[in-house]
Amino acid sequence: MEDILTVSQLNHHIKFLLEETFDHVLVEGEISNLRRPQSGHVYFTLKDDQSQIRAVYFRPFGSSEKRARFALEEGMKILCRARLNIYLPRGEYQLIVESVEPLGTGALQKAFEQLKAKLLAEGLFDERHKKPLPFLPEKIGVVTSSTGAVIRDILNITYRRFPAVDIMIAPVRVQGNEAAAEIIQALRNIHAYGKIDVIIIARGGGSLEDLAPFNDEALAREIFRSSIPVISAVGHETDFTICDFVADLRAPTPSAAAELIVPERLELLTKMKQLKQRLTTGIDRHLDDCGEQLYDLQSRLKDPRRFIVNWKITVDELKERMVLAWKSKKQNRHHHLKQIELRLAHQNPVLTTRDRKNLIQNRQKDLHNHFMARLTATKERLLKNAAVLESISPLAVLQRGYSITRHLDNGEIIRQTDGLNEGDHVNVLLAKGNFNARISKVF
Amino acid sequence: MMAKDKFEDALEKLEDIVRKMEAGDLSLDEALKSFEEGIKLIRFCSSKLEETERRVEMLLEKENGLQVKRFQGDHDES
Repeated sequence: MEDILTVSQLNHHIKFLLEETFDHVLVEGEISNLRRPQSGHVYFTLKDDQSQIRAVYFRPFGSSEKRARFALEEGMKILCRARLNIYLPRGEYQLIVESVEPLGTGALQKAFEQLKAKLLAEGLFDERHKKPLPFLPEKIGVVTSSTGAVIRDILNITYRRFPAVDIMIAPVRVQGNEAAAEIIQALRNIHAYGKIDVIIIARGGGSLEDLAPFNDEALAREIFRSSIPVISAVGHETDFTICDFVADLRAPTPSAAAELIVPERLELLTKMKQLKQRLTTGIDRHLDDCGEQLYDLQSRLKDPRRFIVNWKITVDELKERMVLAWKSKKQNRHHHLKQIELRLAHQNPVLTTRDRKNLIQNRQKDLHNHFMARLTATKERLLKNAAVLESISPLAVLQRGYSITRHLDNGEIIRQTDGLNEGDHVNVLLAKGNFNARISKVF
Repeated sequence: MMAKDKFEDALEKLEDIVRKMEAGDLSLDEALKSFEEGIKLIRFCSSKLEETERRVEMLLEKENGLQVKRFQGDHDES
């Protein structure tokens, strides 16, 4: 006799069986029907080309951060670490996803781009957060593998450039799942230890997968928080990691980082020599200048008796000028008096009356003589002019038988036939008398 | 006091002194004081430059905290 089960009983059996069996599975597939309700949990369907299964990715308790290093997207191929769950009220089953890795080519790249964009938006790469590097660090912290070419190059180059710089190596794994956490811890250790002027985080070149620890979000934030300047020297010249962007300086290679942070001792020695030279020249010139100034002042400092002599001369000169001025003034007065005397003498009324009389008589005589002379001259001129007038007078011409013909109406003298018409009245002037006439014909 | 100063600060101060000295607008008293200080700074910087010893260490984490150990791989300096 078969047992009869209720739906609940059946589903309980199924739940027990399936959840026991599929307690921990790795499933790969493509995301579709992605939904993100307010709760912050992510619902989607994981599918391949033939089948599909529902999945849910719960937000961790007490956290608003997404668990994945990258954001899930529609159509993305992923590998899920999950367990199967049966939802009794509906008799449905689904995957409870615990962690997600991107799959396939470009997925890592995508995660990188997403994180880069996110941190950029948050301002973690802003220039204003970049700390200046020390000019000559006394102690450099190096976070890298304690074996291999990277640490050797850094030690060699720093020693060659400036031997007296101490190095503190914080050894870490630079590859694999634990690497990011170890690097974060190394940074914290260095801060705890103190006395480090600058930190180099270094690793040789590698694939995007190899460099993945340096694209870790938590590491990026740790670097951002660092109070000591951080140089990122990860991979080759062409490799860029999130570390590079968030660090205070990106060095293309670990060797370059060593060169960037340690100045050349020889250069500094030369510089020091030059500065010493300039300082000495400067003080010498200063002293010379002061000496010259002193000499100049000394030569300008004179015996005060010299001034007394000068003043004596000045007083003498002034005295002389005063006497001269006095004399000259006296003379002027004398002269002026003489002139006034003379002018007064001229004003003697007796003399004046006699003089005036003489003057009047003389003027009378002059006037008469002058008048007579003018009369004679005028007479002569008149006679001369009359003779000339006689010779050019038109009357003299008329006397010789010529006549002058004029228009009767306006009195204009007629000199040509132009403008004359038959019947015009004219006046003809003769030597004696005149008459009017009418033109009978014009030729 | 001088020993705790950074090379960088000293160099900067020195350059400033030399610049001022060359500009020539210091009084004689100031110039002499500056010169004296400049020489001290040069001595300090030069002594830093003359050092050739360095320490290469490793910062390790132990159960009881951080531990500093001499790094063995630094052969090139000797």
